[in-house]
Amino acid sequence: MEMFKTISIALVALRLNALRSFLTMLGIIIGIASVIVMVSVSSGSKQEIERAIDRLGSNMLTIRPGTSTTGGRHGGAGSAAPLTEGDITRLKERFGFLEGVSGSLSTSAPVVFGNSNWTTGIIGIHADYIKVRQWVIEEGRNFTDREIRSGAKVALVGQDIIEHLFDGNPSVGERIRIKNVPFTVIGTLQEKGESTFGRSLDDVIFIPISTARMRVSGRSSRGVPDMVGNIYLTVDLNRDIRIAEEELVEFMRELRKLAPGAQDDFSVRNFSEFIRARNETSSTLGLLLAATAAIALVVGGIGIMNIMLVSVTERTREIGLRLAVGARRRDILMQFLVEAVTLCLIGSFFGVVIGVGAGELVQRFSEVPVLLNIPIIFIAIGSAAFVGIFFGFYPARKASLLSPIEALRYE
Amino acid sequence: MGGEVIHALRDVSLKINKGEYVAVMGPSGSGKSTLMNLIGALDVPTSGDLVVNGLNLSGQESDTLADFRNLTVGFVFQQFNLLSRTSALENVKLPLFYARHLGSINAGERARKCLQQVGLSDRMHHDPTQLSGGQQQRVAIARALVNQPSVVLADEPTGALDTKTSVEILDLFQQLNDKGITLIVVTHDPEVAEVSRRNLLFRDGRLVDDVSMARR
Repeated sequence: MEMFKTISIALVALRLNALRSFLTMLGIIIGIASVIVMVSVSSGSKQEIERAIDRLGSNMLTIRPGTSTTGGRHGGAGSAAPLTEGDITRLKERFGFLEGVSGSLSTSAPVVFGNSNWTTGIIGIHADYIKVRQWVIEEGRNFTDREIRSGAKVALVGQDIIEHLFDGNPSVGERIRIKNVPFTVIGTLQEKGESTFGRSLDDVIFIPISTARMRVSGRSSRGVPDMVGNIYLTVDLNRDIRIAEEELVEFMRELRKLAPGAQDDFSVRNFSEFIRARNETSSTLGLLLAATAAIALVVGGIGIMNIMLVSVTERTREIGLRLAVGARRRDILMQFLVEAVTLCLIGSFFGVVIGVGAGELVQRFSEVPVLLNIPIIFIAIGSAAFVGIFFGFYPARKASLLSPIEALRYE
Repeated sequence: MGGEVIHALRDVSLKINKGEYVAVMGPSGSGKSTLMNLIGALDVPTSGDLVVNGLNLSGQESDTLADFRNLTVGFVFQQFNLLSRTSALENVKLPLFYARHLGSINAGERARKCLQQVGLSDRMHHDPTQLSGGQQQRVAIARALVNQPSVVLADEPTGALDTKTSVEILDLFQQLNDKGITLIVVTHDPEVAEVSRRNLLFRDGRLVDDVSMARR
């Protein structure tokens, strides 16, 4: 018996009970559509997280000065000894696997160009900073080591600065004043967009870290003339970042002469891990939603089973007749199984259409990121077929085991 | 109730030859329907042998029995048992759908011929509800004939029809028998008994009378 004919029989049977078939399908349609929407939303936010990590650099570590503990009393953040140029030099000497190391001394200051002004973040950096934080110089050039050492009055400006201070005009070569100190713009930074926390990353001006210490931040106080704020560094990608992190902690404790058992007065952070952890809840939630959708699919399957049982009972005489004219038990089994699977597949087709449409709407009208992946469509259709076989099997088997005489006699 | 064993048929020894026209008679519960179910392989005997067209039906696989029902016998039922909302032509094609050994034959063509044979060429695309009882029974007969069976088994074929229509159906049976098809008809109808060539009378599961008629 050809499968094609069996499918056509199933289609005829389903068409004869069009309304009932549709209502039965509804369960599958809703199940499949919600699976697709939920998975799309959850993979959309997952993709967003990965992008954020990429923006940050997955091999980047941050060292910050922490709190000091004196006699059991914790000082506030930054109360411990600051990090210094010396620390950076020693880190570079000690660890060959560091790809780039930079200090970062930030402050906020008004900036003036011609007769416009703008208050923005000023960050004193080493030349490596650009590489470590994955910035791209759009026009002009990065700082040279010489400029960094000598405290040159040069600056790199972000896109927001170009927009607000220069009205979008070319800025390389122009002179700006930061806290009344004249600087020459030597380069511009390519746009980075918003951070995961929704703040614009492009509202920033970079200057050499020594210049920042001497001219801008005015915090070379506290007897530390070569402080560097936080240290950002990137680790060779072939290196396990967690092990590198532990080695760094160990080395920093040595540098800072911490007694064994004493608390760290600095912190080493792996930001990509941090973001992952922060978003773990949201991906768990996504999974939970997908699981709920899968339950909807199972409920749809039970609906299929229910209606197939009704259909088998209703068509007992038909089954008897088919057996009498030569249908084998397997033919009857296949007939009802194919009917259930066809029901599910047609349902899943509509479910996919609705699910994709709904995902499209979510993307268009909400902030929720949506990523529709093609495999999930096939998985959805496949699982619908599975539901059809699983829940269709019992009724189909029941039909195939009917005694021809009793089936023919059935009223 | 309980463990009581009921023998629908017992001690029946019977031979029906090719081309015979047999009427099986008897009161309700006499076992005549069971006989027909056994010959048609809808049921299997608890004991004893039953050979139809060279095949011993006792102890066969259900697939073998299905193929036997498909190719060797054709059934005609009292209630016609046509698929509702399915055209006469499609109803007649049904046994061909399960005919595995036929290979690629033109099912539509063959079904059309059978409908012609029962005089329904102009009703092929009608649904059973659009046909009279007699016409429905003709569709059922066409369906029984479509796989060119050796035996046609009819269970009260005129039971649901009026006298005039019954006569038409019996004429049709006569024509089929004239073409060499073996006919076994279970019936209460004395008319049927009259046109057949051999009458089997059953009572309480036993064959009590076997009368052959002279050829008319």
